[in-house]
Amino acid sequence: MTDAAAANTDTPSTATVAPEAMHWDNRARRVVTIYVPLACFVFILLFPFYWMAVTSFKPNAELYDYKTYNPFWIAKPTLDHIYKLLFDTAYPRWILTTMTVAVCATVLSLFSSVLAAYAIQRLRFKGSQYVGLAIYLAYLVPPSILFIPLATMVYQFGLFDSPIALILTYPTFLVPFCTWLLIGYFKSIPYELEECALIDGATRLQILRRITLPLAVPGLISAGIFSFTLSWNEFIYSLAFIQSSENKTVPVAILTELISGDVYQWGALMAGSLLGSLPVAIFYSFFVDYYVSSLTGAVKE
Amino acid sequence: MAGTDVTHAQWTRPNIQPSWLVRLFDWKPFLIFMCMLPAAGLLLVFLTYPLGLGIWLAFTDTTIGRSGVWVGLENFEYLMGDRLFWQAVFYSVFYTSVATVGKFGLGLWLALLLNNHLPFKSLLRAIILLPWIVPTVLSAIAFWWIYDAQFSIISYVFVDVLGWRTTYFDFLGSTWPARWSLIFANIWRGIPFVAITLLAGLQTISPSLYEAALLDGSTGWQRFRFITFPLLLPILAIVMTFSIIFTFTDFQLVYAITRGGPVNSTHLLATLAFQRGIPGGNLGEGAAIAVSMIPFLVFATLFSYFALARRKWQQGEAND
Repeated sequence: MTDAAAANTDTPSTATVAPEAMHWDNRARRVVTIYVPLACFVFILLFPFYWMAVTSFKPNAELYDYKTYNPFWIAKPTLDHIYKLLFDTAYPRWILTTMTVAVCATVLSLFSSVLAAYAIQRLRFKGSQYVGLAIYLAYLVPPSILFIPLATMVYQFGLFDSPIALILTYPTFLVPFCTWLLIGYFKSIPYELEECALIDGATRLQILRRITLPLAVPGLISAGIFSFTLSWNEFIYSLAFIQSSENKTVPVAILTELISGDVYQWGALMAGSLLGSLPVAIFYSFFVDYYVSSLTGAVKE
Repeated sequence: MAGTDVTHAQWTRPNIQPSWLVRLFDWKPFLIFMCMLPAAGLLLVFLTYPLGLGIWLAFTDTTIGRSGVWVGLENFEYLMGDRLFWQAVFYSVFYTSVATVGKFGLGLWLALLLNNHLPFKSLLRAIILLPWIVPTVLSAIAFWWIYDAQFSIISYVFVDVLGWRTTYFDFLGSTWPARWSLIFANIWRGIPFVAITLLAGLQTISPSLYEAALLDGSTGWQRFRFITFPLLLPILAIVMTFSIIFTFTDFQLVYAITRGGPVNSTHLLATLAFQRGIPGGNLGEGAAIAVSMIPFLVFATLFSYFALARRKWQQGEAND
């Protein structure tokens, strides 16, 4: 299709050129208009990660000397920065806290959103549309408006400096998103299946557990991945609600604990960023197709 | 009569009368209530209530450790005369508009490129989404290092490799370079999401439309202008609303790379609200700054609403 389109956009004179020349012309054109820009995009989008990785494994001598060493490559790779990060800082502890918070917030959000999406999409009550709209609008309320009042609430509840504060507040942006995603999934499951079960005498809860949920597993997986990555990425709540070093999440801890004084330990900082990105990247790579399809599905809704 | 009763009795299943609890859950209003309870409870307690509380705090002089009293519009009056507040408003608007134009221009271009028949399609998509997956702060730290005054790799390339400049760039040391550096990092992070969602939109457009246009002798630009763009507009409007809202209220990038510096020139409203509210301790004033973002957000949401209304109008037009 695209080749034909490209050929036809030329002036009519190209029609008289020998087919072989036209073919060559097309290929050259394709390289210039598609592959070259695409390569530039990929290069720019990936370069910061490359640079992060290279910096993490460079010894300090190379890190701060561009004259004698080629900065794009590592002459003597070292694990010093990673070693320092793992054994001289509370990094494993931060990873553990972040993981716990992300998993708990995801489970809590999935549980609430599955039920809410089921009620809105399948049980269809009066005004269910408006409830759906309200949940959609809730997603548009950004955390940067809520963190100050939430901080006072967290303090009053006695949850200040506790990961529980994060587990309870993350659902404010996870639940709207997951519900929205799952409503779309439930919509795609045929009604007839539930009706048959209803006629056979199944209760509503049995239908949800035995029929709807198993069919919605792909939707649950993608909602789970989204929640996990969004929780891992969250910054402002954990910056505002957590004070002690051991309860910090990875992003906050790297930014506030690894920077001491005016001298930045760039190697350790980059190693921390690299290791902090890895769990999400690995997790995501297993489910990339779900991810893309649900992302695009959610937008098509 | 009696005979039918007997046969009926034979048909009923042995006694599996469900317990009252099961029957309660089968009663639809109760079931709906129970299903909505967790989500609605979480959102009401941790979203709706704090939103109201935030608006109330904006009208008080609350500080950390002391609950405040109602002071009316005093916080806002103070902000009206605060040069830093206006600078943050200006930079928030500037940051959002430039970054949005950049993200959508480049994202649309990337989506159009990806919409071609390419080898390794899914691998390519996975790679391209990476900047969006990785936690913002962590990639922001990578940018911080790339923008370093002494060891910036960009400076190295321009000065030592290409020889186009004689001095190293001062990315984060002065006002405008710092502002542009942040905008670039924001665009970098936003492109993947825009590209992948617009790509989904592009794939829903029927090829027969392009074939018809080709037969009518259209140029490539005409096909983009009269087929691709109008059909992409509904998705574009939704994605753009999201993007505008989250760029305007952005916090992480600025906090990680410049913390509002140099000399407070890169504060967005969110970072200024944080600085005054949490480390500064003036919760009332911080809340007032946060609340002043609301009009912009309402505007962005209305924009989305009217764009969607336009979509309905378009569908009606197509049915004619």
